Amino acid sequence: MRELFRRQPRFTSEPQSEDSPVVPDDLWVKCPRCRELTYSREFERELRVCPRCNHHFRLTAAQRIAMLTDPGSFVEWDAGLEAADPLGFAAGGESYPDKVATAKRKSGTREALVTGSARLDGRPLALAVAEFGFMGASMGSVFGEKLVRAIERAIEQELPLVTVSSSGGARMQESPFSLMQMAKTTAALARLGEARLPHIAVLVDPCYGGVTASYTTVADVIIAEPGAMIGFAGPRVIEQITRQKLPEGFQTAEFLLEHGMIDLIAPRRSLRAKIATLLDHYALARQRPARRPAVAAASAQEAPDA
Amino acid sequence: MPETLSAWERVLLARNPARPHTQDYVADLISGFVELHGDRRFGDDPALLGGIGTFRGRAVVVVGHRKGANTQENLAHNFGMPRPEGYRKALRLMQHAEKFGMPLIAFVDTPGAEPGIGSEERGQAVAIAENLLALASLRVPTLAVVIGEGGSGGALAISVADRILMLENAIYAVASPEACATILWKDVSKAPEAAATMRVTAADLYGFGIVDEVIPEPVPAHEQPTQTIQRVGDALERHLAELEALVHDGDAGIDALLAARYQKYRRIGRWVEETDPTRHPNGPVPSHAADQAR
Repeated sequence: MRELFRRQPRFTSEPQSEDSPVVPDDLWVKCPRCRELTYSREFERELRVCPRCNHHFRLTAAQRIAMLTDPGSFVEWDAGLEAADPLGFAAGGESYPDKVATAKRKSGTREALVTGSARLDGRPLALAVAEFGFMGASMGSVFGEKLVRAIERAIEQELPLVTVSSSGGARMQESPFSLMQMAKTTAALARLGEARLPHIAVLVDPCYGGVTASYTTVADVIIAEPGAMIGFAGPRVIEQITRQKLPEGFQTAEFLLEHGMIDLIAPRRSLRAKIATLLDHYALARQRPARRPAVAAASAQEAPDA
Repeated sequence: MPETLSAWERVLLARNPARPHTQDYVADLISGFVELHGDRRFGDDPALLGGIGTFRGRAVVVVGHRKGANTQENLAHNFGMPRPEGYRKALRLMQHAEKFGMPLIAFVDTPGAEPGIGSEERGQAVAIAENLLALASLRVPTLAVVIGEGGSGGALAISVADRILMLENAIYAVASPEACATILWKDVSKAPEAAATMRVTAADLYGFGIVDEVIPEPVPAHEQPTQTIQRVGDALERHLAELEALVHDGDAGIDALLAARYQKYRRIGRWVEETDPTRHPNGPVPSHAADQAR
């Protein structure tokens, strides 16, 4: 098993993560929630969802991309972007570049967001997937820049945008730059909206902080995976500050649905079909608009022959 | 101010309860101010002050975090930490500004958005996100001035403006130094180190190209509140006049303003980029993006 991990580093979960499947041997996966053993082939066939208790294991970006796109259709954008160290940050004897190097080695990705174009059962789309294994998918400059470039390409190529987000929040090591990525990514989405291109946001466990308070929650459709923890402030912070006991199921996807914060919860095995259906509706609307979209009118004015 | 003040000393100055707060700026700079309450959805948030008034000859909409000068006032105003209702009131007033062609002035002074059960239930995250979206394309000149604490997303939600100004002893950061110290050092007593490492001061942010002007405090603001407020007013007026000149010709001017606003935030970020063109199967990156990597 170790050997396999080494050969395919992008397909490993973080070994020390409490959520990662506990594998007593090569053949069985133990669910951390219900403790049941599942035959590993069945586990993979179930898209890493426990068939006993429906616990959705965390996926790497590569696993997520494989799950949501046609084989071989994903073409990565801006893979060469890596974190700089604008603040010269170091904490507890570890510099930010050291931390990034460790994250790269552990996650097998070069940053916390992977973007590209792909097809979903033939439908073209722009895709951005967060890699939680890379510093908790915190949103630093590279995350923001890659997302904005993906949005700008989606506009140029008239592609719908699908984002899959999980995040611990801000990239503390890039403090003001990290904060401003919230403004930058949301501003780019304003343009996507003006182009009448849809943004479907998929929130997966866990999704907190700047990522929930920016580009994800202004999506046209917000989908969450069952049981995903989603919020602005983390539960421990809220508990410490308010000294109140948190309500049952607080900040779960089901809690957010009940409070009107998301559109729907899609179990992993139906996620792909759900996105495909939504994309078809938007594509149809684009072919036969009920009214002339405002931007089409504006760009017609700019055209020299208009 | 002496250059020798540490980041932590400036954090303490930024939080000094005697420092002039949003309501003091409104009292001195905005004539005929009418406070407008409520988000028309759930409630009225006393941590976020908003209304309309006249600023040096033009009608403006003002929003700002509201801290108190003492514990009693702070309790009444939730220490300047807005709940979703506060951000939704601000959103309503932003739209009000756009509808009537009034510039928007935001005074930023918050430890952050309130972390709480009710705030989560009523969508703190989406309330902030919707303001970021609205501010990106608000068709009037927008100005923000960080007068004390610029605490994370809770500050950003009213400060994504055409111009961001900062008082010399104000701070702006993605998290409080205490939170950063707790997360990265596992020791809250390292907050002074965290403040320095996070580069929270006005001079830092100006150096990074994130804020447009640092308004000097020859003495700390709380020792000369009236003069400080007037200096802030003068800076606001100067920047507002520039923005007004840009938009005087109507829609084309506003479009130019919005394009400049987009680029202002589009550029923010630092990264390194491997320039192997084979890594970009869709051709070169958008032209304005590549030159920002420094």
